[in-house]
Amino acid sequence: MSLLNNLIIGVSLGSIYAIIALGYTMVYGIAKMLNFAHGDVIMVGAFVSFFAAGSFGLPPVVGLLLAMAVCTLLGITIERLAYKPLRQAPSLAVLITAIGVSYLLQNGAQILWGAATKTFTPILEGQLSLAGGQITVTYVAILAVVCCLVVMVCLTLFTGKTKLGKAMRACSEDKGAAQLMGINVDSTISMTFAIGSALAALAGVLMCSAYPVLSPTTGALSGIRAFTAAVFGGIGSIPGAFLGGILLGIIETFAKAYISTSLSDAVVFGVLIVVLLVKPAGLLGKYVPEKV
Amino acid sequence: MKKLGTQKRTSLNGLINYAIVIGAYVLLRVLMGAGLLSNSLQSVLVPACCYMVMAVSLNLVVGISGELSLGHAGFMSLGAFSGIVAAVALQNLVPFAPLRLAAAMVIGALFGALGGFVVGVPVLRLRGDYLAIVTLAFGQIIQNIIMVLYVGVDAKGIHVTTDSARLVLAEGGTAIVKGPMGAVGAPKLATFTAGAALLLVTLFVAQNLVNSRSGRAILALRDNRIAAESVGIPAGKYKLMAFVTSAALAGAAGALFGLNYSSTVASKFNFNTSILVLVFVVLGGLGNIRGSMVAAALLYVLPELLRGFNIAEYRMLVYAVILILVMLFTNNPTLQGFFGGVRERLFQKAPEGTVKGGGANE
Amino acid sequence: MKMKRFVAMALSCVLAAGLLAGCGDKKEGNQGSADGAVTIKIGGIGPLTGDLAQYGTATNWGAKVAVEEINALNGPIKLDFRFEDDTGSVDTAVSAYNSLKDWAKNSPLVIYGCTTTDPCVAVSSETYADRYFQLTPSASSPDVTTGKNNVFQMCFTDPGQGVAAAEYVKNTGIAAKVGVIYNNGSAYSTGMAEAFIAKAKELGLEVVATQTYPSDDTTDYNVQVNACKDAGAELVFLPIYYTPASLIMTQAKQSGYDPIFFGGDGMDGMLAVEGFDAGSVEGLLLMTPYNVGDPSTRNTTFVDSYKKLSGGIEPNQFAADGYDCMYAIYEACCKLDGIADMDSAALCDALSALFTGGEFKVDGLTGSGMSWLTTGEVSKSPMVVKVQNGSYVDP
Repeated sequence: MSLLNNLIIGVSLGSIYAIIALGYTMVYGIAKMLNFAHGDVIMVGAFVSFFAAGSFGLPPVVGLLLAMAVCTLLGITIERLAYKPLRQAPSLAVLITAIGVSYLLQNGAQILWGAATKTFTPILEGQLSLAGGQITVTYVAILAVVCCLVVMVCLTLFTGKTKLGKAMRACSEDKGAAQLMGINVDSTISMTFAIGSALAALAGVLMCSAYPVLSPTTGALSGIRAFTAAVFGGIGSIPGAFLGGILLGIIETFAKAYISTSLSDAVVFGVLIVVLLVKPAGLLGKYVPEKV
Repeated sequence: MKKLGTQKRTSLNGLINYAIVIGAYVLLRVLMGAGLLSNSLQSVLVPACCYMVMAVSLNLVVGISGELSLGHAGFMSLGAFSGIVAAVALQNLVPFAPLRLAAAMVIGALFGALGGFVVGVPVLRLRGDYLAIVTLAFGQIIQNIIMVLYVGVDAKGIHVTTDSARLVLAEGGTAIVKGPMGAVGAPKLATFTAGAALLLVTLFVAQNLVNSRSGRAILALRDNRIAAESVGIPAGKYKLMAFVTSAALAGAAGALFGLNYSSTVASKFNFNTSILVLVFVVLGGLGNIRGSMVAAALLYVLPELLRGFNIAEYRMLVYAVILILVMLFTNNPTLQGFFGGVRERLFQKAPEGTVKGGGANE
Repeated sequence: MKMKRFVAMALSCVLAAGLLAGCGDKKEGNQGSADGAVTIKIGGIGPLTGDLAQYGTATNWGAKVAVEEINALNGPIKLDFRFEDDTGSVDTAVSAYNSLKDWAKNSPLVIYGCTTTDPCVAVSSETYADRYFQLTPSASSPDVTTGKNNVFQMCFTDPGQGVAAAEYVKNTGIAAKVGVIYNNGSAYSTGMAEAFIAKAKELGLEVVATQTYPSDDTTDYNVQVNACKDAGAELVFLPIYYTPASLIMTQAKQSGYDPIFFGGDGMDGMLAVEGFDAGSVEGLLLMTPYNVGDPSTRNTTFVDSYKKLSGGIEPNQFAADGYDCMYAIYEACCKLDGIADMDSAALCDALSALFTGGEFKVDGLTGSGMSWLTTGEVSKSPMVVKVQNGSYVDP
C-alpha cells in the first residue's frame, strides 16, 4: 500500500515537472536555446492568477486565461527585446542574456509584489479517497496529468499537422533553408515563445495549486528541475518531456521514501547522469550523428 | 581566441597579463598604504582574486576546450572544504600561516582535480547541452553531499561521518565541518598577496597549457573534433586534461575563498555561483584569458559599487539590466557595426573578426 | 574581439565612475547636533534581495520604525540608521559590513545584524577583531556569539528553543510519540531539531520518526508526512519556517493525517501571509516571543507604523526583534557616561560590559525585562501559543 501511495505522490509531483518541462522543450526544440527565464515566466503567470483571484475576485478559469494572456505578451516582448537581436550570436551569449532576463524578472517581481511568500488559492481543491482513505489523490494532481496529456497531444498534432507547426519544425531543422522556402523565421520563433510562455502560465497555476506557496523565486528552482526533466526525456522531444517529468517525480519520491530524504537530490541527479551515459540524448531524444 | 599568429605574439600577450596583475597589485598596495582605498573595496580584493581565478579556469573548459560546464562552483566547494579541513588539521604541524595557507590551497587543488577527474571521465563523452546538464547535476550532488558531512579533527586524525551524533572527538579535538552549519570558525588565513600569487600561478598554468602542444590539440578539438580526431589527436585525453586542470585551479580558488571567512556553507557554491562565473567568462570573451580576468574583477566589484546609490532593493535589478545590455551591445551585429565604425575612425585600424562561439553552440 | 571588450569595459567603467562620484556624499559630524544630542550610527546588515529577502526586509523595517520613534523622543541619543544588503551570502555580508565602516568614517558605529546565521558568523568574527558592538535580531545559532564578547542576540538560540519545546511537550503531556520533520540544509532547523530530539529522548518521550528535507525550496513533503503518519506520531515537531510548514500541514490534511503540529519561532508570521487560510492551521502550537495581536498601545503603534512602511504587510517576530534591538541599543547608550567622547571601540567595550553586567534590562515587544548572559545569549521566557480562529491564544 505504501508503495502504491508513493507511486501516486511521485506521479503527482512528476506531472508538475512534466507540464513545466513541456514548455521548456517546446522552446528548446524550435529556437535551440536554453531559456533560463522560463521558470520566471511561470512565476509571473502564477502571480497574475493570484492577483486576479485575490484582488479582483475573478473566477479561477478567468484568472488562468488572464495569466496565459499576460505571459504570452511577456514571452513575445522578451523574445523581441532580448533574444531577437542575438539571433546570429553564439548560443552562449543568448544563454547569458536569458539568465539576465531571469534575474530581471525575479528582482522586478520582488520590487513589485514584495519578497514575502504568499499563499496561492488552488484552482481546484479536495482529493479523491480510495481504499477506505488509505490512498488519496488530489484533484489538482489528476488535473495536472490530464493537462499534460492534452498539451502533449495538442503540441504533437500542432507541430505535425498545421502549417505553422511545420514551419516551426523547418526552422528547427535549418533556419537558413526555412527562410529560403519563404518561412518568416522571426515571426515563427516569436510564435514559439508565445506558445511556450502560455504553457508556462498554465504550469505556474497548476504548480501553485498543487503546492500553494508563491514568491518571486518560486519559478527558479522548479525551472532547473523541469530543465533536468526535459533533458532526461530527451530535450526537444515532446513525449520525452512528459515521460522525463513523470519519471523524475517518481524517482525523487522513491529516493526520499526508500533511500534517504537528505540525499534525495544526489540520488535524482545521479540517476540522471547514469541515464545520460547510457543514452546520451536522453530517453526519447534523437541522437543526431555529426555530419562531416 | 586570436588566430595563433606567431609564437612571439602569444607569449607577449601572456607577459602583458602578468604585468597587469603585478601592476594592479602594486597600485592597490600603494593606495592601501596611503589610506585611499575604502574598507569596502579592500574587503572585496580576496574574493575578487578568487573569482578571477575561477573565471580563468572555467575559460579553459568553456572557451579553450569548448565544453559548456554549469557546475564549476562544485569544484570550488570541494576545494573550500578540503582546504579548511587541511588548514585546521595542520594548525600545530605548520604554525607559519602563509605556508599553511599554501598547503591548504595545494590540498584544495588536489581535491578539485580529483573531483574533476571523477566527473570528467564519464561526462566528457557527452556533447553540448547534455554535458551542461550533467555538470549542473554534479554541482548539485557535491553540494548535497557536503551538506550532510560532519568532519572533525583530533589527536587521532581526521574523522568523517554523516551523522552529527557519531562525530565523537577526543579531548582537544575540533569539529570543523558541521553539516548544514558548514565550516564555522576557520582561521582567516587568506590575504590579498596570496590571492595575487594564486592568480599569477593560474595565469602561468593556463597560458602554458594553451600555448603548449597539448593546448593546440585542445583548440583543434574545439574547432573541429572530427578533423582533429582524424589526424590522431585523442579527444578524451586532451578534453580531460583541460577539465582536470580547470577543476584543480577552481579547488585552489575555493580554498582561498573558504579561508577568507570564518563561516562557509555548502549552499554558497550553488548553481547561481556557477552561473556567475560563466557570466564572467562569456562577457570577457570565450577563450580570452585576460578578458575573463578583467570581466570577473569588474563584475564582482560592480554590485559593491552599486551600494553607493541608495538603491538597496534595486541593486540586483540594475545588475540584471546591465548584464542584458552588455550582452546585446557586444553581440548584436548592427550595434557592433556601429561601434566598430566609430573605432575604425578613431584608431584608423580595422576591427578584428568577432569571436567564434565555443563548442556549446553545436 | 577587441571591440567587444572595449564596449563592455566602457559601459562598466562609465557606470562605475558615476557611482564613485555618487558615493562621496557628505555626512555631517556625528556629535553635538543643535540640541546637544549624541548621534550613534547603526549599520544594519541583512538580505534585501534574493530568496531570503523577506526576513531581511522585516528586520530593516522593524528597526526603522524604532529609529523614527527614538529620534522623535528628542532624548540624549539620536540614531543614524543605514541598512545594507547582504543577499544572504557570506562574502557579500562582509563587504556590506566594510561599506558600513566606510559610511561611519570616524563616528561611533554599532552593527545591527546580520539577519541570517551564516553571514552573521562571518561578520561577527570581523567585528570582534575590529571592536564594534554587534546585536543581531535573528541570527540564532550559538556559533554567532561563541568566543566573541562583543556579539549579542535578541532572539532565542536554536538549541535553546529545541530544549524548551521538548520540555513543553513533556510537561503538558500532550503527546508521548513525537515525530520531527526538519530542513537538514539549514543551520537553524538542524540546530533546533537535534536539541529537541536529544532532550525528548532524555525526558522519555518516544521519537518515532525523524524526517529531513534538503532545502526550503522543496515543495513535496508527502513522503515525510507519511513516514510520521505510519510511525504513529501524535505530535509532529516542525522546527522550520512557515513556508514549508504550511505545505507540510496542507499535505498532511490531504492524506488524512491530523496530529498536533508544534513549531518554533520561524512559524511566526504565517497568519500574515497574503492569501493564507488560517483555518488550515487551526490548533497549531508554536513558540514565539512576539504576538502581533497584542493589544498594548506600544504594540498597536508599532504595527500601525510598520504597516505604513511596508505597504500593509503585518510585522512578524523578525520585525519585532529588530524594533527591540534599536531600543536595547538606545537605552544602553543612554546609560553610558561620557558617550560623546567614545569611538566605536570604546563604545563596544562599554556596551558589552553593560549588557553582561547583569543590571541592564530592557522591555520590548518580544519580552519584558530582557537581559543578556555573558555568552551573548538573550534571557527571556519563550511563550507557547496556539492558533485559534486566526490569532494566537494561550493554549
